Amino acid sequence: MERIPILKMGPVLLVSIQVDMHDQLALTLQDDLTDRIVKTHARSVLIDISSLEVVDSFIGRMLGNIAAMSRVLDAETVVVGMRPAVAITLVELGMSLRGVRTALNVERAMEMLQVASANGHAAMGEGTDDRRPD
Amino acid sequence: MTVARTEKLPVQTSEDIVKVRQAVRAWAVQLGFSLVDQTKIVTAASELARNTVIYGGGGTVELESLLEPRRRGLRLTFADQGAGIANTEQALKDGFTTGNGLGLGLGGAKRLSNEFEIHSQPGAGTTVRITRWT
Repeated sequence: MERIPILKMGPVLLVSIQVDMHDQLALTLQDDLTDRIVKTHARSVLIDISSLEVVDSFIGRMLGNIAAMSRVLDAETVVVGMRPAVAITLVELGMSLRGVRTALNVERAMEMLQVASANGHAAMGEGTDDRRPD
Repeated sequence: MTVARTEKLPVQTSEDIVKVRQAVRAWAVQLGFSLVDQTKIVTAASELARNTVIYGGGGTVELESLLEPRRRGLRLTFADQGAGIANTEQALKDGFTTGNGLGLGLGGAKRLSNEFEIHSQPGAGTTVRITRWT
């Protein structure tokens, strides 16, 4: 079956959506990602949508679902690289992607995640978190 | 107003939704739409195509390129023979859905278009026609 690849880079799962996804493919990605978060103990999910020319309400909902599911699984999602025309259209469509963190590019997203994980460590105390073998 | 070109496409499956997006994009580019206008009409088409598949049980879309002395337009007519909509006014409200969606499709498609018409009767299917001008 056709699938969007999920790459693991240390504690980060990286997904770069390069194709115009049909709905089933988007749902498969949602399932695959939650599986991989649990299996790899990932703390962050980075979704690069810079190749996507269209984000409709279905894809928008998928991004929101991934963000919510990963949060429940103790991982944080950042959506990266939304095109300006897509952002304008999405807001006019009525979706503001509340609850989804966004960054303009991968570098900014990595900075964001590093800051978040540093703060997380400070709050929990170093060494108490046995889920970080990476 | 002159109708310069027409084409009818099937809207039966989730793959057809992708094909409709691609066809609408190609037509919008050819008509000289700006990138934002392209994105808006493609996104509106995606929402309506999904409604045709999910709620209409499949149907067709007719694409028409419109030429006027001062502007060019793209008109899309989605037609299905499904259950129809009892109350189209209610169906246009954001958040209203009889399925699993977010209820943004119809209202969102209207906001993303310059002209919007809907005709539906219970048991007699639904026709939605949108136009976007350059």
